[in-house]
Amino acid sequence: MLRKVQMLALPMLLATLMAGVGAAELKKDLKIAFLPKQINNPYEVIADEGGMTAIKEFGGIGKVVGPSDAGASSQVQYVNTLITQKQHAIVIAANDANAVVPYLKKAQAAGIKVVTFDSDTSPDGRQIFVNQADSEGIGRAQLQLLAKLIGGEGEFAILSATPNATNQNTWIKWMQEELKKPEYAKMKLVKVAYGNDDDQKSFVETQGLLQAYPKLKGIISPTTVGISAAARYLSTSPRKGQVAITGLGTPNQMRAFVKNGTVKAFQLWDPGQLGYLAAYAAAHLAAGNITGKEGESFDAGKLGKRTVGKNGEVVLGPPTTFDASNIDNFNF
Amino acid sequence: MNKSKHFSWEAMLCVVLIASLALGRGLSPDFLGASNFSNLLADFTEIALMALPMTLIIVAAEIDLSVASVMGMSSALMGVLWHMGLPMPAVIVTCLVAGTLAGLFNGVVIVKFALPSLAVTIGTMALFRGCAYLLLGDQAIADFPGNYTLFGISNVGDSFIPQPFVIVIIAAILFTVLLQATPFGRSLYAIGSNQTAAHFSGINVARTKLRLFVLSGFMSALAGVIYTLRFSSARGDNGEGFELSVVAAVLFGGVSIFGGKGSLVGVLLSLVIIGVLKNALTLSDVSSEVLTIVTGLLLLSSVLVPNLLARWRESRQRRALAAA
Repeated sequence: MLRKVQMLALPMLLATLMAGVGAAELKKDLKIAFLPKQINNPYEVIADEGGMTAIKEFGGIGKVVGPSDAGASSQVQYVNTLITQKQHAIVIAANDANAVVPYLKKAQAAGIKVVTFDSDTSPDGRQIFVNQADSEGIGRAQLQLLAKLIGGEGEFAILSATPNATNQNTWIKWMQEELKKPEYAKMKLVKVAYGNDDDQKSFVETQGLLQAYPKLKGIISPTTVGISAAARYLSTSPRKGQVAITGLGTPNQMRAFVKNGTVKAFQLWDPGQLGYLAAYAAAHLAAGNITGKEGESFDAGKLGKRTVGKNGEVVLGPPTTFDASNIDNFNF
Repeated sequence: MNKSKHFSWEAMLCVVLIASLALGRGLSPDFLGASNFSNLLADFTEIALMALPMTLIIVAAEIDLSVASVMGMSSALMGVLWHMGLPMPAVIVTCLVAGTLAGLFNGVVIVKFALPSLAVTIGTMALFRGCAYLLLGDQAIADFPGNYTLFGISNVGDSFIPQPFVIVIIAAILFTVLLQATPFGRSLYAIGSNQTAAHFSGINVARTKLRLFVLSGFMSALAGVIYTLRFSSARGDNGEGFELSVVAAVLFGGVSIFGGKGSLVGVLLSLVIIGVLKNALTLSDVSSEVLTIVTGLLLLSSVLVPNLLARWRESRQRRALAAA
């Protein structure tokens, strides 16, 4: 008799324990609000949709609210409203790194968890910042992509933004770091040109590069302005098809050049995945599974296990590569 | 006749206010909380500070569209001066003086060249905004001292009244007295109704107008200083577009766009109503586009309703006359 009870009790106990583990993972009905820089900004809309997809997956209650202008204060009213509504977590892409901070602190004091994505606030405003990609990942991935496009050998140039653009300079530094590897021995960086993130200047610089280096096999332009200007020049040049252009661009701006064969592939992070990851980070914070300390890790659905890095940063990972096969799945 | 009409518009605003409070209560259980009321009041601090002088200006049949640009300029200047190492009180005083001078510039151009204020202040709206961008570019300055920014975000003691709102209350009392109980205030109605008649009845129209624009410049700069402290962020684009909210609040408050009519009580009621509606609708997740539409409809109704009422009265009088 006693034995029977034990036999029954053991699986029941196990089941209870497992259910308990499941619940500790992510409880249902977490209220998570996305607060984009501006509603109807196409990039942000995709990020928000990614977030809503994630929230649906773990059974939370998600919504997107936000201002129609990108002024410093316009998000504050929404932060205050979300505090009043007793949301469990706020996921915000800040218009102003400082203006929202005192109000986000109020939210945190009220027990609301705060995640920033796309555009961070000063660190005391939030628990976690979901960063699109680390500089090293972006730099290395672009050189790897170019190497693939030109078959690992030949001269190439970089068409950057301004000579003192922090982002671009860091990425270029990592491209050069990657270039030191033996598999790129046959590739040579001949010039870094600067188009100043100006369409006309970038266009003229591309022209100059193609004239100065007749053996040029490829151009990397790690700026959305540069890559589209370079592609526009190349699309009407006789050397279309002989020179590979790649870099960071948005699918909408590059679609025509991919369709007409000027550009084979380029990269950018997928804003949908950015929102998706931010939603999971917010949910795990709200559920008390993590606090935003370095080294903590959490399960981010289809993106797998993610770890919190220095200063509460979670990195989305290497950029997404867009080419003819997938570009029509993206609209931003 | 005139007086009874004002009374009826303000009475109507009272009814609208009660209705919007009821709407807020119905839409969200959190609406009547003290912390929500605190947010609600804080949200219209700057608009209220600029609406007070704007009421006087519109009563005198003029307009100042440069208020938000003066506000932005004072905010940008605040950042620049603070980074130059000036002590905070000196920074604030300099910003207020700069705003006052901007107002003086408006006034001098309008009065000396006898130009319409609408045209002049559309020009200075761009001019002062340009100065704001020139001062700060696309930078934001945020490292203001903690005791000052704390003033921007704290309440008075344990009450629900935000500290900056105390300035609104004091300013509202001063402006109400100024407009409704001083010869200066009464002269504005005379100027707004008929400038030539006012001139011949011994009112110094030019000097009065000049003072109005100086006052407006000062209050806009004050709004800029408070805004900067509330959001601890000095930026060139601060307050962009606020001039329309200010004008909307004044017109919805029953001040005639043609001048000569209106009261500050109406404008204060209108500020509270707009604040309550915005807050209640945001709290029930109504999108910001719909909010813009609501503001537009309010503005339109404030211009249309008195007009339609007047026509209806007129036609009724005419019919009564015809019957007799």
